[in-house]
Amino acid sequence: MPESYVPKEAITHGDGGTAALAIGEAESLERPPGAGPPSAPPTGKPRGLWSDAWHDLRRNPVFVISGLVIIFLAIIAIWPQLIATGNPYRADLAKAQAGAEPGHPFGFDTQGRDVYTRVVYGARASITVGTCATAGAALLGSLLGALAGFYGGWGDNLLSRTADIFFGIPVILGGLVFLSVITSSTVWPVVGFIVLLGWPQVARIARGSVVTAKQNDYVQAARALGAGNRRMLLRHIAPNAIAPVIVVATIALGTYIALEATLSYLGAGLKPPTVSWGIDISAASTYIRNAPHMLLWPAGALSITVLAFIMLGDAVRDALDPKLR
Amino acid sequence: MGRYVIRRLLQMIPVFIGSTFLIFFMVYALGDPVAALFGDKAPDPATVQRIRRDLYLDQPLWKQYLHYMGQIFQGNFGTAFNGQPVTELMASAFPITLRLTLVAIVIEMIVGIVLGVFSGLRRGRSVDTSVLVFTLVVVSIPTFVSGYLLQFLFGVQWNWVKPSVSSEAPLDELLLPGVALALVSLAYVTRLTRTSIAENARADYVRTAIAKGLPRHRVITRHLLRNSLIPVVTFIGTDIGALMGGAIVTERIFNIHGVGFQLYQGILRQNSPTVVGFVTILVLIFLVANLLVDLLYAVLDPRIRYA
Repeated sequence: MPESYVPKEAITHGDGGTAALAIGEAESLERPPGAGPPSAPPTGKPRGLWSDAWHDLRRNPVFVISGLVIIFLAIIAIWPQLIATGNPYRADLAKAQAGAEPGHPFGFDTQGRDVYTRVVYGARASITVGTCATAGAALLGSLLGALAGFYGGWGDNLLSRTADIFFGIPVILGGLVFLSVITSSTVWPVVGFIVLLGWPQVARIARGSVVTAKQNDYVQAARALGAGNRRMLLRHIAPNAIAPVIVVATIALGTYIALEATLSYLGAGLKPPTVSWGIDISAASTYIRNAPHMLLWPAGALSITVLAFIMLGDAVRDALDPKLR
Repeated sequence: MGRYVIRRLLQMIPVFIGSTFLIFFMVYALGDPVAALFGDKAPDPATVQRIRRDLYLDQPLWKQYLHYMGQIFQGNFGTAFNGQPVTELMASAFPITLRLTLVAIVIEMIVGIVLGVFSGLRRGRSVDTSVLVFTLVVVSIPTFVSGYLLQFLFGVQWNWVKPSVSSEAPLDELLLPGVALALVSLAYVTRLTRTSIAENARADYVRTAIAKGLPRHRVITRHLLRNSLIPVVTFIGTDIGALMGGAIVTERIFNIHGVGFQLYQGILRQNSPTVVGFVTILVLIFLVANLLVDLLYAVLDPRIRYA
């Protein structure tokens, strides 16, 4: 059993007891011995990074709670009918801006549509944009970043300068300019824009992580044994460099959802036939004095969704790399 | 130091050109500013031709861009389509947004650093946990939601402040919008300070300072804080651009007639000179802020020397 696993085991088990919201820290490193009883002796087979992380995560209440919330959100994004039987477009003007009543727990919006149904149906747009944009940005960013970090040279320079250019553009402004000229009412322009501005962040992380992994002895050993570039990158470097990318992607997912809502709120993101929390919040904002419930419910749903993804990202980060902040 | 500054300034040039060209491309190549001039009416082709020639729009895009940049460096940002010079709009808008951004930065620095120091020094205790929960919740509420919430609670329900800002935008009226704008960054500042304080609190120089009998507050402010603020300063530097861009949301909520307001109007009406001019200035501010941050490193950490 490798020596380095012993302290790691002890640390992770010590964390089990307290429901600390560990953000970016190995909380337990600080904890005096005996504060959290080690729940299991560090026996058994040594684990790799992934199973070790999974072992940590299963015992982390933050991960379990945010994971359950996300699974729930994913289910209602696919089948909103499960918990909302109404039609999100059905309007009853007589009920406009009315408060809660039996069968309509969240009240009605300005058009007399049921706020509860719209909040449930709104999950689909947010989750779709969030996951697609994250997948796109993570794939593109990690591919370009890994190639740049691995080969170096002018391609590396070009990538870094290009990333600088994208960082120089204020995100919301760029979104407004880019999306205001597009009339499509699907989610794809929004996804495309977020990928366009999101990949440099991932690319930077992936590049740095590949550059670090490249210097490891086992990579040099693989080269000495005659491994080609492709094999080194895919078999030796990528598995050891991917953890930071996963972490940054998970946290980015939450922020992308918030970004989509912000753009929709400004009228540049998703367009009205789509049911979106951002659009509903924007429409409700004019009436905040008379009917705050129209704003508070979608806003609450949006915030909980973003919170769940950010908490998940934090938990994954703690598990994969306690030193990474 | 001087050589370093020059090298950094040179490095800024391609980034500046790239960012502004990207925005220029989006505005002029993806949209049609001349068609936007006519609204819903079908324009007369001869008039369109004339306007295109007058506005330099019949040239290839890169020529348009060069012409535009040449004009900008002579201080001519063109005229908005209502006939007002863009510089005039800037003169009225930038002071207001600058004030708003300053209010936000002061708030996020004071509150964020104080909270961060407190939780960093008391890691794992209840103060620390509640600060962490607070930052998590704050980060996950988008600005446009927290803005409306603050406006609703303080402006409408409790009537402590006016819910919207008058056209002169005095400092006291900008306090609430400043809080709304600062909230998300405040949470990041808190977390950064906390992490870095907690890390440095175990450093040898802190132990030495305590061992030689310095009072606790002096150790914290002079030794610990100065070294822990470096990542925080970086963050605040890069945040200036984000704050000025994020002001578009805050300014809309609180009806502030600043940069965000002008830009939003410009984008809605496809008023291209306004949009490109304002964004160019914002990109410049962002780049200069980043340069200043790098120079500030040397002040905060004497170990860093620029050749």
